[in-house]
Amino acid sequence: MILFWILSVVLVASAVFTVSQKSPVYSVVGLLINFLALAAFYFTLDAEFLAVIQIVIYSGAILMLFVFVIALLSSGIGPFREGPNRMPRAFVPAVAVVALFLGLVVYGIARGPLVPTPHQPTSTIGAAGNANVFGSIADFGVALFTTYLLPFEVTAFILMVAVIGVVLIAGDAVPQPTLGHHAAPKRKRRRESIVKSR
Amino acid sequence: MTGFDASPYAALSAVMFFIGVGGVILRRNPLIMLMSIELMFNAANLALVAFSRAWVNNAGHVFVFLVVTVAAAEAAIALAIVVALFRRSTNVDVDEVARLRG
Repeated sequence: MILFWILSVVLVASAVFTVSQKSPVYSVVGLLINFLALAAFYFTLDAEFLAVIQIVIYSGAILMLFVFVIALLSSGIGPFREGPNRMPRAFVPAVAVVALFLGLVVYGIARGPLVPTPHQPTSTIGAAGNANVFGSIADFGVALFTTYLLPFEVTAFILMVAVIGVVLIAGDAVPQPTLGHHAAPKRKRRRESIVKSR
Repeated sequence: MTGFDASPYAALSAVMFFIGVGGVILRRNPLIMLMSIELMFNAANLALVAFSRAWVNNAGHVFVFLVVTVAAAEAAIALAIVVALFRRSTNVDVDEVARLRG
């Protein structure tokens, strides 16, 4: 239980740090600490595989993406400007609304302990590291590839769409159409890219 | 295993989620707004894992896996949009991105 409190303090403090920093680089550091604390939480909740996923994908891939974008945006020209704040007096109402809804949610949680309804558990709790106990890779994999196979396939489709979308949006220029023997004569067929280069 | 109470985890998840909401509302730097969105994703993940542990049911774990995938796709596309905006003008300000037409 003391571990829970230590980790939750780290979690909330790093979240506040992330949101409140002026420079995005410091925010990334705060987010990294947040993700690592969350991975520790997953370990305490018997979700070993998800803890590793959290470290590898979130801390390893997504945060690196953020770092690279920050480096790309601020290279050579210094930190980018944010412009004047158009809504300088929105702070107090926003905090009030957020606190109100947070209070509602916490009140709903605190009304009673969240007791599980009786049902058949899908796995058994056991020592971490063994196969086929709750949260282990075998347990997770069996569920993912049998019961939840269709969502898994849809995930692959989502990733493909994301890759194509990223190339379309951030790709530099539209490639020239190759001139084969069947190619139409040179029409003015320059598609307007979303991004004008330079 | 009986006796596992998911309430503290749910409350912590709510706190983290609303820190993310506050970040999205109050900040105007698009990168920090995206990080706040990641915070909200992770708060939802924490709640899912905690309830999954309470019910001893690994459906929550599978769901967290899917959420992580969608978060990765979302981060990639959103950062691509930020890069595209930055190419148009060096002023990255979400207030000026009022016209996002295809």
